[in-house]
Amino acid sequence: MWKRQMWVAYLFILPATLIISIFVMIPSVVSIYFSFFKYDAITPAKFIGLRNYGEFFFEDPLALRSLSINLYYIIGTLPVAILVGFIIAIALNARWFRGRQFFNAAYFIPVAISMVGGSAICLWLLDPMGGLVNWFMQLIGLSPQAWVGDPKLALFTICLVSIWKNLGFFMVIYLTALQAIPSTYYEAARIDGANRWQEIYHITWPIVIPTTFFLLIMGTIGGFQIFDQIYIMTQGGPGNATKVIVFYIYETGFGGQVRMGYASAIAVVLMVIALIITGLQWKYYLRVAE
Amino acid sequence: MSKIIKIKKNLAARIAIYAILGVGAFTFIFPFFWMISTSFKTTVQVFEWPPGFLPAPVTNEAYIEVWGIWPFVRYYENTAFISIAVTGICLLLSSLAGFAFAHYKFPGKTVLFIYLLSSLMFPFQVRMISTFLLLKNLGWLNTYQGLIVPLWASAFAIFFMRQMMVSIPRDLLDAARIDGYSEGKIFFGIALPLCRPGLVALGIFIFMGTWNDFIWPLLIVTGENMKTLSLALAGMTGEGTEVIMTWPQRMAATTLVVLPVIIIFLIFQRQLMKGLTLQSGLKG
Repeated sequence: MWKRQMWVAYLFILPATLIISIFVMIPSVVSIYFSFFKYDAITPAKFIGLRNYGEFFFEDPLALRSLSINLYYIIGTLPVAILVGFIIAIALNARWFRGRQFFNAAYFIPVAISMVGGSAICLWLLDPMGGLVNWFMQLIGLSPQAWVGDPKLALFTICLVSIWKNLGFFMVIYLTALQAIPSTYYEAARIDGANRWQEIYHITWPIVIPTTFFLLIMGTIGGFQIFDQIYIMTQGGPGNATKVIVFYIYETGFGGQVRMGYASAIAVVLMVIALIITGLQWKYYLRVAE
Repeated sequence: MSKIIKIKKNLAARIAIYAILGVGAFTFIFPFFWMISTSFKTTVQVFEWPPGFLPAPVTNEAYIEVWGIWPFVRYYENTAFISIAVTGICLLLSSLAGFAFAHYKFPGKTVLFIYLLSSLMFPFQVRMISTFLLLKNLGWLNTYQGLIVPLWASAFAIFFMRQMMVSIPRDLLDAARIDGYSEGKIFFGIALPLCRPGLVALGIFIFMGTWNDFIWPLLIVTGENMKTLSLALAGMTGEGTEVIMTWPQRMAATTLVVLPVIIIFLIFQRQLMKGLTLQSGLKG
């Protein structure tokens, strides 16, 4: 019976393993291989060693600029999303709170729709001429802005759109974590005379530290991978102001001047950065979890 | 502090919280109402200042135009077919693998598991170009199989299903074996039904992810007839727009793309939220 089970096990695992090997593992390794070549999809590939990486780090002003744009984006969205998501989740989790499902839906629906759809809606709201946002700005006495058309505001606008789109996700994850905290913790604290703020600061927040780290890691990796909203709303502009790294990879690999080798190198750099940051965050988490 | 003042203070705080959250919730879902409202306006009314909320007159000319000019039925068909095909097969393959990892012993089990999990280390962007070239060489560009097959397996889904399967008691399966059931019957007849909540949650998650996907079809689709809803929308509203459209038309197209997802979400809200709970390891 053991032997039969063993063969069945292999059979069950085979299809998924095949797909992952052919369409994930092999292409990933091949990409790393490509990064050492010069390839424009027409003439045969030419081996150039580390030249792509040299160009990325030392000759291409746009390359490191892209990374910094992603960094600004992450710093501009992640802390806000985590804090506000946490606070809203606390409110929704309160024993006396009614209408949890309604509020849950209201904040989560932007998460459920596609980023393409959300970006389209925001594009209209932010339209300099007929958009509601500029109307509201004038209403409260501020001057209308070009938003995604303004090089100084474009990235900030992208951050706002992303917060609207993603806040619900952070909130729901925190809500799930909060609901697992036994109420006895709070009762014990209340007996000791703690008020609500102290409860949150000394009990709730420390307990959800694993969740916070999970969201930090996911948010950082996700922040380096944003693409859809850039494609729909700014196409990297105005003038490279929002050219995030994945959009740059896309342009380099599939745009006017096809340079697939160089694009692969950029993608490998992206992957390494993501791994390093994740590793650092893990290390920090393990130390904090003492 | 006296009890009455304390209760009054609590009530005031609660009302304040409801008010703030209410304003926030309103801000978050208002864009959708605005989208729908714009889609029913005329081109002229859309730019009136100050903007009116209700379309006057209510006209569906934008919808008629959008539906007539672009093959929306085809877009829906493509997107639906792809989403269903990916979801169905991915659920099947991941539960098979998850079941095997949960309940069988075999040489190389740990190595294989780590191998599959390590695939999560490679973000999609790093294999964007090589996968495109692979599909191009297979002749799978702009085909259904090209769009679907690479998405048939995901280490995340395998990991998730394994967690589901692990909670099935071993004795149950052994009893079935003693009764002479084949492994296949055990999997389809016992294991899968027991994992129904997880399967539903994972299925909805995969379905919506595939439906909303953009960069993948952007790479693979090269012809008009294979476009998905995301691509259609990008062609109508993105900065890389091919045709000039009016805002009511754009919002009509967006409504057609976004509304089904919202409706599905509202129907399956409870299951989806439960599914996120099943992602253990997030609890404090």
